[in-house]
Amino acid sequence: MGTGLTAAVVRPLPLAAVRAAPAGAGAGLGMVDPYANSNAPRWLKFLWRTLAARHVFVLAFVLLLPFVASPFFTYQVAAQSLIFGLIALSLSFLAGYGGMVSLAQMSVAGMAGYAVAVLGVSGTASSLGWHWGIVVPLALLIAVVCSTLIGWLSVRTDGIYTIMITLAIGVAFYYLVLQNYTVFNGFQGFQKVYPPIVLGIDWRAPLPFYFLCLFWSMTGYFFIQWLVRTPFGIALQGTRDNARRMNALGFNVTATRVLAYAVSGLLAGVGGVLLVWYNGLISPGSVGTGWLINVLVIAVLGGMKHPIGAFLGAIVFILLQTFAIDLIDRERFNLVIGGVFLAIVLFSPDGLLGLWAKLRMRFGPSQVLTSTPRRQP
Amino acid sequence: MMTRGERLATVLLVGGPIAVFSVWALVDNTRLYLVTMLNSLTLASLYFIVASGFTLVFGLMRNVNLAHGSLYLLGGYVGYVVARETGWWIIALAAGFLAAAIAGLLIQVLILKRMQGQDLRQTMVTIGLSIVIADVLLWIFTGQVYQMEAPELLQGPIRGIPIIKAYSAYRLSLLGFGIAIGIFLWWLLNRTRVGTMIRAGVDDRAMLAAAGVNVNLVFAVTFMLGAGLAGFGGVIGAVELSMVPGEDTRLLLASLIVVIVGGMGSVPGAAIGAAILGLAETYGLAYAPTYSVVFTFVILIVVLAFRPRGIMGRPA
Repeated sequence: MGTGLTAAVVRPLPLAAVRAAPAGAGAGLGMVDPYANSNAPRWLKFLWRTLAARHVFVLAFVLLLPFVASPFFTYQVAAQSLIFGLIALSLSFLAGYGGMVSLAQMSVAGMAGYAVAVLGVSGTASSLGWHWGIVVPLALLIAVVCSTLIGWLSVRTDGIYTIMITLAIGVAFYYLVLQNYTVFNGFQGFQKVYPPIVLGIDWRAPLPFYFLCLFWSMTGYFFIQWLVRTPFGIALQGTRDNARRMNALGFNVTATRVLAYAVSGLLAGVGGVLLVWYNGLISPGSVGTGWLINVLVIAVLGGMKHPIGAFLGAIVFILLQTFAIDLIDRERFNLVIGGVFLAIVLFSPDGLLGLWAKLRMRFGPSQVLTSTPRRQP
Repeated sequence: MMTRGERLATVLLVGGPIAVFSVWALVDNTRLYLVTMLNSLTLASLYFIVASGFTLVFGLMRNVNLAHGSLYLLGGYVGYVVARETGWWIIALAAGFLAAAIAGLLIQVLILKRMQGQDLRQTMVTIGLSIVIADVLLWIFTGQVYQMEAPELLQGPIRGIPIIKAYSAYRLSLLGFGIAIGIFLWWLLNRTRVGTMIRAGVDDRAMLAAAGVNVNLVFAVTFMLGAGLAGFGGVIGAVELSMVPGEDTRLLLASLIVVIVGGMGSVPGAAIGAAILGLAETYGLAYAPTYSVVFTFVILIVVLAFRPRGIMGRPA
C-alpha cells in the first residue's frame, strides 16, 4: 500500500514545481536571483525564492503582537484564534486537498482533550493524574487512532456520505460523553485542566501560552505546506480530483485517504490539547454539534484552497465572537455567524481567500492561488 | 451476493446474541422486556416518520438536508402554538406539516435550485440554514421546555393488557401513525403518477428530464413532502418527547443513522433502520444506561463495515 504512493509517476512533479519557481517569485518582483548559479546551501536558495515581503510582515506581526496588545487580547483573541485555526486546518487539509469534508474534527480534538483530562491532572477525582510527559503523547496517539478509525469508516463511502457519517459519529461522541459518568464524568466534564509548569515557566500565563500556540500552529501550517508537495500530498490531490483514475494508475485510494485522516487527526489532536488547556476545562458542550459545525464554518469562512485560510477564518470568527457582543445581543451570535456562513457559501464558495483572489484578479496583476483549483463535476 | 454459508453465519452472529439476551431478559423480567419492546417500536415509528422525509429528499436530489432537524423543531413549535390557540390537535398536526413544507419549498425554490448538482455546497447551505433557523426559534420561543398535551381521545393509559398491565394510549397510537405514513408513502410512490416520477428520478434524473417531465417541479414537490414529514413528526414528537432547543440535533442524528443503516434513498430501508435504531436505543437505555449510545454506534459500524451503502442501499 505504501509503495504505491512513491511511484515514479508523481515523483517529478513537486521537484519540477520547485525548479520552475525562480521564474515566478524573484523575477516577478523585478529582482535578480543572486543564488541562481551559486553553490549556496539549498535552504538559503529555497528561502530566497519563496519568501516575499508579506511573509516577513506576517511573521513580525505575530511575534510582536503579544508585546503590544493587552494580555486579554493576546490570550482570548490571538491564542484562541490560533487554536481554532489549527483545528480548522485539519479540516481544510482533508477537505481542500482530499475532498473529504469531515464534521468530526472537533470530536477528534475533543477526544485528545478528554484524554488529557481523564489521564492527567484535573479538579475531578476520577482523573488518573499521570505526568504530562506521558499524557500528552498518549492523547495525541488516541486522536490519531480515533481519526484513522473514523477515516476508515467514512472512506468506505464517498462524497456527500462522508459528511453524514462523520456528523453522526461526532454527535454520537457528544451523547456518549454526556451520558457516561464512569469515564467522562457526564454533563460536568472536567474542570481545572491546566498546562503544566515546565522549565519554570507557567504556560498558562498569556505570553507563554500565546507562543506555545503560535509554535504549534506554525508547525502545523508548514507541515501541511510541506506535506501537500510530497508524493503523498500529490497522490491525495489526485484522489480528490479523480479517484477512479488514481485507482487505475495503481494507487491505493483507500490507504491514501485513511492516511490523510490520520494526519488530520494529529493536527486536531494538538489543537484539542491546546484547547483544553486554554479553557482549563472540557465538558460535553465543547464537542457539541455547535462546535462541530463551527469548525466547518471557520474553514469555509477562510477558504479551503490554502492552509492559511483556516487561520484567517479563525481570526474573523473569534473577532466576531468576542466583539459582536458589543454591537448586538450576545444571544444572537449564532444568527450572525450563521448568516455570515450562508452569505459566504452562497456568494463566495472559496471563502475570504476566494474574495481576495477575486479582488486581485480585478485590481492587481493576474496571479492564481497556490493550491490547484477544484472543479465541481 | 452472499453465499448460503455466509448468510447463515451472519444470521447466527447477529441473531445469536440477540436471542440469548431476549431469553435472559424474558426470564429475568418479562414485563420490562415487553414494555421496552413497545417503547422501542413506538420510538421507531417517530424516527421513521422523520427519517422517511430525509431519505426521500436524499434519494431523489442527492441532497443531504442537514436542516431536517430544524424543520422538525419548526413543525413542533408551530403545532404547539396552533394547538394552544385552536385547541384542536388535528389542526395542529396539519399546521405543523404545512409550516415545515412551506419552509422546505422556500429553501428549495429560493436557494437550492440555484446550485443544482453541487452536492457539497447545497449541504453547506443547509448547515447554515439549520444554524439560522435554530437560533430564530430560540429567539422566539426561548430555551423553555414546551410539552404539548395529547388529544383527549388518546390521553391516559390503556389498562388491562396482560403482563404489561397499562400502557400510554398516545404512545401506542404512534405505532399507528408510523404504519399509516408507511402505507401512504408506499401508495404514493407505487400507485400515483407523482410517485412514478419520483422513483424514476431516483433511478436516473437526466433521463426523467429528457422524457419531458418538469424535474424542478418534481424536486419541489418532493422537498415539500420531505420537509412536511419532518414537521409532522415534530408535532407528534412534541407530545411524546418535549420541545426544547437541542431536539433538532437529536432528530437529525436519528435521521442520519436511520438512513445510513437502512440505505439512503430507500423508504423500506428507512423503516428497517428506524426499527433497528429504536430497538438499540431503547434497550440500551433500559439495560445499560450510560453506554446506550455505544450500541447505536456499534450498529452503525457493523453495517458500514459489511454494507457500506446500508441494508437496502443500492450502488449509486
